[in-house]
Amino acid sequence: METPAIQQGGIKEFRKGTDFFRILCWVASAATVATLAWILVEITRQAWPAIEKFGFGFVTGARWLPNREVFGVLPFLVGTATSSLIALVFALPLGLAVAIFLSEDFLPLPVRQVVRFTVEMLAAIPSVVYGLWGIFVVIPLVQQFGSWAMVACKDIPVLKEIFAGPAYGNSLLTASLVLALMILPTITAISRTALVAVPGTLREGAYALGSTRWEAILGVILPTAAPGIVAATILALGRAMGETMAIAMLIGNSSRLSWSLLSPAGTLAGLLANQFGEAEGLQMNSLMLAALLLVILTLFVNMAGEAVLRYTEKQTAGIR
Amino acid sequence: MDQSNTASVSSSNSVSESIPPRADFFKVCDFNFYYGKKQALYHVNMEIPARQVTAFIGPSGCGKSTLLRNFNRMNELIDGIRHEGDILLNGRSIFDKTIEVIALRRSIGMVFQKSNPFPKSIYENIVYSMRIAGVNTKSVLDETVERSLRGAALWDEAKDRLHDSALGLSGGQMQRLCIARAIANRPEVLLMDEPCSALDPIATAKVEDLIHELKKEFTIVIVTHNMQQATRCSDKTAFFYLGKLIEFDVTQKIFSNPAEKQTEDYITGRFG
Repeated sequence: METPAIQQGGIKEFRKGTDFFRILCWVASAATVATLAWILVEITRQAWPAIEKFGFGFVTGARWLPNREVFGVLPFLVGTATSSLIALVFALPLGLAVAIFLSEDFLPLPVRQVVRFTVEMLAAIPSVVYGLWGIFVVIPLVQQFGSWAMVACKDIPVLKEIFAGPAYGNSLLTASLVLALMILPTITAISRTALVAVPGTLREGAYALGSTRWEAILGVILPTAAPGIVAATILALGRAMGETMAIAMLIGNSSRLSWSLLSPAGTLAGLLANQFGEAEGLQMNSLMLAALLLVILTLFVNMAGEAVLRYTEKQTAGIR
Repeated sequence: MDQSNTASVSSSNSVSESIPPRADFFKVCDFNFYYGKKQALYHVNMEIPARQVTAFIGPSGCGKSTLLRNFNRMNELIDGIRHEGDILLNGRSIFDKTIEVIALRRSIGMVFQKSNPFPKSIYENIVYSMRIAGVNTKSVLDETVERSLRGAALWDEAKDRLHDSALGLSGGQMQRLCIARAIANRPEVLLMDEPCSALDPIATAKVEDLIHELKKEFTIVIVTHNMQQATRCSDKTAFFYLGKLIEFDVTQKIFSNPAEKQTEDYITGRFG
């Protein structure tokens, strides 16, 4: 390539600096990608004996019996999925309501900023603190509710399974409730961003056609922000699936499959945290395989969330 | 002036009731308007005739959009605004306590500077105002879509893709879709706030042709920066400067023989 005359003199020094900086950037980026690959490779290597021994049966096996060297993670997969989904059921309406509240001018701006700050601070509380709080506050509440619900629902067909006793405090429901609180900031923050990004011209358009505020919110603003809200939901789901400490403290860590929300259950993350310390041999390999599953699941969910976010930005580029 | 009070009492509840064209369809009476402490309009008095096109011209910040946005009380979405004086629509104050701002806006269509189709299908964009009014009968909606799209000269281009996203249309088509949406509910008035400023000359010509067609049915008020546009498509022109209505007359007269020096300076390009 020919160098323009202007670049032949003092510009060389500048080019050297740029090249150095460029190399630095490449190394940093490559290191990030390499680390992820390294983690995956190492986990897979450690998990290999378990993969060879159990194959797909590891995922469908419902029993986890370290003494007899029988390892199946179905209960923990189910526990991970159900606790995350139940948490979403609680957190999504609440988080979305807060996001709408914060993106509209129902409240004066200073009040909104205080609320927004508070909700986002929920994300800063360490997981173990949520766990402790759950033990002292949520577990007694769930016990009380459970004792009432199992009696109240004992003759109702489906509900009697879902609220079957005994009502231990350590249960799927307890874990899900605390999880809901933990993913609330994610849902609120991302949904609020999506709602605020709805162009003012669309709001004006809706009002000019004679919409009330609620008609504008439900008919125009929410649908416009919907993909961002979906992305928020997916990213929150990813966070809930990977959450470990608080869940390990609250869910009861049982490997028995149960329909009841009041029974103890287990999650993949909780399983790892509880058993890793004293595991060896095939149990260690099996835990590594469980870890690999968890990583793949959360990676997949997060990628889906990112993809939805990007798709939205492209779709609505024309009206921004 | 003298009849305004009795008229507002005697007119019916609906501002959209149809009457023969009147010369004071919109009547602005000694209107002052403030954004917080800043006064944007000073003692504006004018009468806008029905079923004609009235153009507002003037340099940026002269208050022409502010006045337009008072006609359907869109300014009320902004905090800290205040007005003095009155605006009568069809003889009745639009600020009357018994008038629902929702109903007022439903009887006045508005087209904005930047086209703002909702991220829905073409069909759903047009029937939006019907749906929020609780109309869900398919035949009525279908009829509305065809009438509105024909009215906005978009039917031939859009009839085969009614259920495609409106965001797939070109810039000019989007703006005509917004016009179709604005007339779907059969308003009496169409307010246009620089509707062509983001369009190319061909799309602009189409919208201007459309304005000629629409004035048979609607009272049109158009804010424009483009003086050729004002001469091409308006019957009357109002020139605003620094929040004051300087001159308001038949368009031909304004552009050929203005009474005020400031008007002449502006239309001959000496300032603004």
